Amino acid sequence: MNSLHEAFAQAAALVASGDPALVDIVLLSLRVSLSAVCIATLIGLPIGAAIGVGRFPGRRALIVVLNALMGLPPVVVGLLVYLLLSRAGPLGELGILFTPAAMVIAQSILILPIIAALARQAIEDAWTEYQEQLRSLGAGRLSAAFTLLRDTRFSLLTAVLAGFGRAAAEVGAVMIVGGNIDGVTRVMTTAIALETSKGDLPLALGLGVILISLVLILNAAAYLTKEAAQRRYG
Amino acid sequence: MRAPSSILPLALVEVTFAAGGRTIVDAITCEIGPSARTVIVGPNGAGKSVLMRLCHGLLAPTTGRIEWRGAGASAVGRRQAMVFQRPVMLRRSAQANIEYALALHGVPRRDRWALARDALGRVGLGHLAERPARVLSGGEQQRLAIARAWALRPEVLFLDEPTASLDPTATREIEAAIDAIHASGTKIVMTTHNLGQARRLADEILFLHQGRLVERAPAIRFFTSPATAEAAAFIKGELPWT
Ligand SMILES: Nc1ncnc2c1ncn2[C@@H]1O[C@H](COP(=O)(O)OP(=O)(O)OP(=O)(O)O)[C@@H](O)[C@H]1O
Ligand SMILES: [Mg+2]
Repeated sequence: MNSLHEAFAQAAALVASGDPALVDIVLLSLRVSLSAVCIATLIGLPIGAAIGVGRFPGRRALIVVLNALMGLPPVVVGLLVYLLLSRAGPLGELGILFTPAAMVIAQSILILPIIAALARQAIEDAWTEYQEQLRSLGAGRLSAAFTLLRDTRFSLLTAVLAGFGRAAAEVGAVMIVGGNIDGVTRVMTTAIALETSKGDLPLALGLGVILISLVLILNAAAYLTKEAAQRRYG
Repeated sequence: MRAPSSILPLALVEVTFAAGGRTIVDAITCEIGPSARTVIVGPNGAGKSVLMRLCHGLLAPTTGRIEWRGAGASAVGRRQAMVFQRPVMLRRSAQANIEYALALHGVPRRDRWALARDALGRVGLGHLAERPARVLSGGEQQRLAIARAWALRPEVLFLDEPTASLDPTATREIEAAIDAIHASGTKIVMTTHNLGQARRLADEILFLHQGRLVERAPAIRFFTSPATAEAAAFIKGELPWT
């Protein structure tokens, strides 16, 4: 009990001191996860929109698969990306294994299905409501898809955020493809895992608090944005 | 400049629409010509809205044919518009909703703003142009939907109960707007529950009952001496509420 108190106190001091090593870890985490979110959003939203308004054979099976992929285990994604990028793998030439780039790739793959599946749901719901009106006004499927992406933008924000939360919190994928190299590929989650196993609880706790706070703040901001938008645009 | 040739008349040949194991529109054959204001009346569930969707091209008939027989019928889509019983607005301003429809119809960007403003003014919504469309009241959205359809300058305008959720003043405004749209040369096809409105606006009446076209007649004759027992009962039954 006492040691827990102590750990919290030390963690708070550590965070307050702005220790440069700690700051580096936090910034790298943000850089990796935000990059992954950008990539997954750029690819995932069009995929979601296409499946949402599209009509093609195998569409329903695709939706089931996409929804299932939302639960991809990070370690499996890490392993697959590791195999791709390892020296003997098909993309070994790139030589990016154990770099932040590899971590971005792994996290992008991990959260792409989350963003695409949630976007698909939002856009399909809107399509049900808008379909006749948009067709009547002369919109084809492609232009309808763009219209819906715009009109559901606040729901899509939630989808993107879910992706970010997942990326920032996962440890398995970045551990395998990043290697948790101090000063190079060490991010918050891998540092927490390491420090915990070494018994350095204050550092692990401090990082944990920062991680949770970041996710909380981002979600609060998104929630408020969405609420304000709902009041404003109906 | 020569006026483009008409897409009308619209011919329905034995048009049947079935869904969910029911026949909703039952073997309707008729021809809808230019100029007259055609008003479709009938009790709830008679198939009025479905018939409109069929004519507008949103539904395909299960059997039978729908043909635009005018000389200009090659570009039918852009020359007709529809106002739905429950219109859908995009999450943007009233003005932007109209500009969006104009853009889809290929109206150049520089002309859109003025056309949209003009259409809003005509339905008495000029002062709400910048208001987000989805927070407008039901009646205001209905008027916006009419403005949006009107801005497209369609040759044929389908209106599905355009005044169903409007107060009496707004109803008069909309009726005046429909008159003006008609006067500008647009063919009006509409449904209404309000037989008073049907009397005021209709040139001809199509009376629908259980999916069948039971009676078609000039408005005056329909109301004074309906030819079928169903129509007579309908007029008698509905009149007290108009
Ligand atoms: N896609 C559909 N599938 C199954 N049934 C339908 C479908 N569309 C309409 N119906 C049914 O067809 C009937 C006619 O519907 P429609 O909306 O055309 O009636 P209406 O004459 O416009 O009635 P109201 O005056 O209430 O607007 C209704 O009983 C409705 O439940
Ligand atoms: Mg109806």
